[in-house]
Amino acid sequence: MSLLSIDGLTAGYGQMTILRDVDMALDEGEIGVIVGPNGAGKSTMLKAIFGMLTVTGGSITFDGTDITGIRSEKLAGHRIAYVPQENNVFASLTVEENLEMGAYTRRDDVSHVLDHVYEIFPDMKDKRRQPAGELSGGQRQMVAFGRALMIEPKLILLDEPTAGLSPMFMSVIFDRVIAINRTGVTVAMVEQNAKQALAIAHKGFVLAGGQNSYTDTGQNLLDNPEVARSFLGG
Amino acid sequence: MNALVFFFDNAILSGLIIGAIYALGAIGVTLIFGILRFAHFAHGDMMTMGAFLSLIFAVLLQSMGIHSPIALAFFGMFPAMAATALIAILFDKLFYKPLRDAGARPVVMVMASVGVTLMLQGVLRVFGGVSARSMYIGSPKAIFQFHLPDATRPIVLTEPQIILFVFTAVTVFALHYFLTRTRLGKAMRAVSDNPDLASITGIDIRHVVWATWIIGGALACAAGTLLSMDVALKPDLSFNILLPIFAATIVGGIGQPYGAIAGGFLVGLCESFAVFNWSILLRPLEPMFGVDFPSSLAIVPTEYKLMIPFVILIIVLIYRPTGIFKGKVL
Ligand SMILES: Nc1ncnc2c1ncn2[C@@H]1O[C@H](COP(=O)(O)OP(=O)(O)OP(=O)(O)O)[C@@H](O)[C@H]1O
Ligand SMILES: [Mg+2]
Repeated sequence: MSLLSIDGLTAGYGQMTILRDVDMALDEGEIGVIVGPNGAGKSTMLKAIFGMLTVTGGSITFDGTDITGIRSEKLAGHRIAYVPQENNVFASLTVEENLEMGAYTRRDDVSHVLDHVYEIFPDMKDKRRQPAGELSGGQRQMVAFGRALMIEPKLILLDEPTAGLSPMFMSVIFDRVIAINRTGVTVAMVEQNAKQALAIAHKGFVLAGGQNSYTDTGQNLLDNPEVARSFLGG
Repeated sequence: MNALVFFFDNAILSGLIIGAIYALGAIGVTLIFGILRFAHFAHGDMMTMGAFLSLIFAVLLQSMGIHSPIALAFFGMFPAMAATALIAILFDKLFYKPLRDAGARPVVMVMASVGVTLMLQGVLRVFGGVSARSMYIGSPKAIFQFHLPDATRPIVLTEPQIILFVFTAVTVFALHYFLTRTRLGKAMRAVSDNPDLASITGIDIRHVVWATWIIGGALACAAGTLLSMDVALKPDLSFNILLPIFAATIVGGIGQPYGAIAGGFLVGLCESFAVFNWSILLRPLEPMFGVDFPSSLAIVPTEYKLMIPFVILIIVLIYRPTGIFKGKVL
């Protein structure tokens, strides 16, 4: 059975429906990548999973539990973490305080998780007393990533983690995504850099106009000439 | 030397005294703005209410036969701070939370707080009358004089002023500790910084809102009580104090607690410098300049003191709208 399974999801902002009858399924330990043109509803998809939107149809099941309509504040308890596309750090808090906030819902000792995050992102350890707002875009992205890891999630939702980053930082981030996935974390990631992202994906989902357009393994989507022509820029 | 002592007493000390009051009030206003995103106009009357509660508790202590070398109003202040904090939370539940839940815009919240302030004023006048009272029931106000070797004139401090300085210093350290070392304090900064991310992260906004009203309410009560102990308890206390407190909040940077403290002292010192009679300080220098200074040389007459925070406010809004500590822009 899938860890995350979305069936016939219809959702949007208030009265405005954006997603229509969308399906998506991820098994435990997989990386799923959502690609598609601007405004396709990729971010909306993650927000819907994370309980931030009005769901008018369909269901979202996680780890055997129906989480449709559960609000985002409660989802940390289900070990789901979400890194939004923008404004994803507390700019006036230090790096370490950002990470501590990530563990806000936990009352147990999290020092080992903190160490683990610093192991994945060694740069962050040097900068831990610095306000997150003073970091570069790529470093900020790592803080956002680290914050989400503090609940030791089973599923992490990443919205364009490489947006606006230099190619060097981009591969660092993809590298970290793979590393985190290897520790058993299931990843659902929206990406503009579709080719690189699909290359590391177990499953790929092409969304267009708020609907499923193609769903396949990452490699098959890369090899599919129609997908390449319409969505991957040839 | 006497002139310098006079300057220290009347310009610096009096500026620091009123500045400390402004700072205590502005901390609450800035935190409430940071977390709830509206200007809390009822803060001045919450201070008056707090002072009345302190007086009531002091009278209760007296009727229980308790005596102390320190004013009873000071001991009454602590239960009054707790009571004011509770009332602040109650007001939030009754008036502000329903509006928040309905998605009201900030201007609606501000109007609601104006409503609360008018209501408080009415209630205070019904039960407290309109005349000024002394917070010193029982014992007289102790006055301390410090003599400097070269001066005949002493530096004068009263008991409530000393209490005020000690209390403000303790508050500043406690607040700093709370905001930088405790889980709830950091969560408060996180919510003020990025409310959407805070709720995504699972931070319980309700706890943060309660903490905000507890700190804001308790400090408003303390500021009102200590000001009334220093001068007198007047039911219209809020009228003269609300504007400087808002000026201090904006000067310091909206949503920035340290800025509010700095802003409070800055506005307080500017006020006392502006109404200070500079000719007393300059007269000994007359031979040097070869001119006669007029006997009264203040920048503005005392009656127009309220103008100062306005001027500071306008200057800050024009030249540095984010305030000293880079706060939110209105
Ligand atoms: N907060 C919002 N309120 C109303 N409509 C919104 C909101 N956010 C997005 N939309 C609309 O939803 C649609 C899908 O937006 P979404 O952000 O999901 O696109 P996307 O696929 O993530 O695009 P991009 O690649 O630019 O990030 C767009 O038409 C957008 O206008
Ligand atoms: Mg998007």
